[in-house]
Amino acid sequence: MTKLVLTEEETMLGDMARGFLDGAAPVKAFRKLRDEGKTFDAKLWKEMADMGWAGVLISEEQGGSDMGYAAANVIAQEMGKTLVVSPFLSTAVMAATALRQVGDTRAKDALSKIASGDLTYALAIDEGIKHDPNATEMDAKADGNGFRLNGRKTFVVDGAMADRLLVLAKTGDGLTLFDIPADRAGITRDASNMIDARDAARITFDDVEATGDDVLGQVDSAMSVLKPALEAGQAALAAETAGLAAGAFGMTVGYLKERKQFGTLIGSFQALQHRAAHLWCETEVTASAVLNAGRLLDTDPGNATLAVSLAKARATATAKLAVIEGVQMHGGIGMTDDYDMGFYMKRARVAAEWLGDYSYHAEKIAALRGF
Amino acid sequence: MDTGQTAEEFRAELRAWLEENCPQEMRDSGAGEEDICWGGKNWEFTSEAQKQWLERCAAKGYTVPTWPRDYGGAGLTREQEKIFHEEMDRINARSPLQSFGIWMLGPALLHFGSHEQKLHYLPPIARGEIRWCQGYSEPGAGSDLANVQTKGEDKGDHWLVNGQKIWTSYADQADWIFALVRTDREAPKHKGISFLLIDMEQDGVETRPIRMISGISPFCETFFDDAKVPKEQIVGEENRGWDVAKYLLTHEREMISGGGQGLSGGGRALGAVLAETMGDDGLTDATLRADAMRCEVDALAIGLTLERYKDQSEAGQGAGDASAMLKYMGTELNKQRHELLMAAGGSDALEWDGPQGNRAGNWLRTKANSIEGGTSEVMLSIVSRRVLGLPG
Repeated sequence: MTKLVLTEEETMLGDMARGFLDGAAPVKAFRKLRDEGKTFDAKLWKEMADMGWAGVLISEEQGGSDMGYAAANVIAQEMGKTLVVSPFLSTAVMAATALRQVGDTRAKDALSKIASGDLTYALAIDEGIKHDPNATEMDAKADGNGFRLNGRKTFVVDGAMADRLLVLAKTGDGLTLFDIPADRAGITRDASNMIDARDAARITFDDVEATGDDVLGQVDSAMSVLKPALEAGQAALAAETAGLAAGAFGMTVGYLKERKQFGTLIGSFQALQHRAAHLWCETEVTASAVLNAGRLLDTDPGNATLAVSLAKARATATAKLAVIEGVQMHGGIGMTDDYDMGFYMKRARVAAEWLGDYSYHAEKIAALRGF
Repeated sequence: MDTGQTAEEFRAELRAWLEENCPQEMRDSGAGEEDICWGGKNWEFTSEAQKQWLERCAAKGYTVPTWPRDYGGAGLTREQEKIFHEEMDRINARSPLQSFGIWMLGPALLHFGSHEQKLHYLPPIARGEIRWCQGYSEPGAGSDLANVQTKGEDKGDHWLVNGQKIWTSYADQADWIFALVRTDREAPKHKGISFLLIDMEQDGVETRPIRMISGISPFCETFFDDAKVPKEQIVGEENRGWDVAKYLLTHEREMISGGGQGLSGGGRALGAVLAETMGDDGLTDATLRADAMRCEVDALAIGLTLERYKDQSEAGQGAGDASAMLKYMGTELNKQRHELLMAAGGSDALEWDGPQGNRAGNWLRTKANSIEGGTSEVMLSIVSRRVLGLPG
């Protein structure tokens, strides 16, 4: 029976991650990075790789720690709490999951490099303002033994810094996933000026050459590789989002216990107590959905869609509430850039859109539940 | 069950037993409230199959599967219990027996009762022979439950009980009542209450149904006028009844929060039910559909949370004040669910026993969910104080 309770190992992993991140990547480290205009901390990522995080989903044969999806979610959740900036989701979760579906020599080589922290990936999937892999228009026309890629991708998270790209494009009878270096001729990357101060890019492909070897998996059947990768990413993003909701919530409850107005602590006002209590209830319910998604990805990955969408939808809604209430209960100071709450609000909004918003996942759930 | 049995062996044995013993008429768990078997001295079975099903389950301990065998249960582990419910759901089997004895008094007795009390009171509950009701609230003690005024005078070998209880669910059909009675009027509010078991078949105990907005009368008022309660009919220590009451409230909250459970796990999706209601076109109303999707998302996640807390408590990790959270979230969701059912039913749902059955009555009934067993606001105050540690 799948237990919805953290194992001893997972609890230890979470404690260890929190300990490390509180020292190496607190929110003030993110603030410093933003103030310097940077979106990647190479030293931090290398340290994470040394702890086995970059290889969390990679087999020991390729130098990974192979801890599984629930463990990846534990790490992602802790990262969310302090708004850590890293290519963990793009590279260690999504690209690694995609590459594992293939398992040829080239994929194994890439996995080894991911595990050691020497290779980063970004997923170039979306073209419109909403996540929708099936709406892909980008063209990969057959050309001799290879393909020529033409089109535009948007909201490619980690796309400005990644070493390689997983690119979804239309081929003869379907969609194909290409694994190509990000600096290949014909690729233009424009870093987006994101509200959450992280890396995302618009990428243009102008007659970019790709060979048959660049295809990840089979031609015309991208989804057999991409679907598990996206679901793993959605679950980990849900965990990260739940973590950021917890981070914002913790700040807010802390503030209720120290801020005085009308001669008394504002946390003694029932109007605020009940709102804070409601928010806590929402975070508890979301935590169950997140844990369940990780468990299913580990035990029954072929049937995890409902669980993953549930986690992403719930986490999105809970984080939204947490940051809205966070700013409101802080009052004016919550609106200032000097205070961290705004960071949580912006990160939550970006996370809400990435890999499918609330409606996208609610529709999936509705379809699976027969309406 | 042999404790050495594997899960698969248990499932196979149970499946075979159910196949042989569950009457076909009892394989329609979607049946309405009027089909529930409550048991008790005055119970009239609605069919021979209902009687058979109760007796067969009771003989195996399946009316209270997790209770110890000595007290009428089957002694199932949590994993076996889960399998039990899965297998029951698989064939759509009705619950053989429901009662406040099972949900509320039983757990309290298992925790606080003496061995003799357990042997005396629990098996008749498990067999559906005695029906219990709850005597907690009073006209002046609603959310402020500890403000109990019903008093018990010490008369040596018994207490002489006088006072009034309200919202005594199904008291008019119950045989016994478990009640909070003030046995020390000098002590502070929470310290002078005892938890007494009172036989309702005596002079001095009278019950009157209260007609509710839903048109039915599941709740009653119960009056005590010099009712005699022998001293051995106390659970826990004298004047320490509040401890028992609190423990029992936890179970009550879990039970009420289960209102959301029907939507989760094996239950049917709300959207599918709504679509069916609305006829051939299905769920075409975009607003209603969006509301139904949100409701479905929340229902599934609350269902998982019930699972998670059970797993946590089995793993020895305290779930803290989870019951207040689950009660609040579950009941608010259930109210919302019935709002959507009414909206989908349109004018058909506006008639008493109209084309939609008792949809309106059920809708109105759910409004009490966030009041009974502690209001939503009381639940939030509990979370605020005990979980978040916000200043009182």
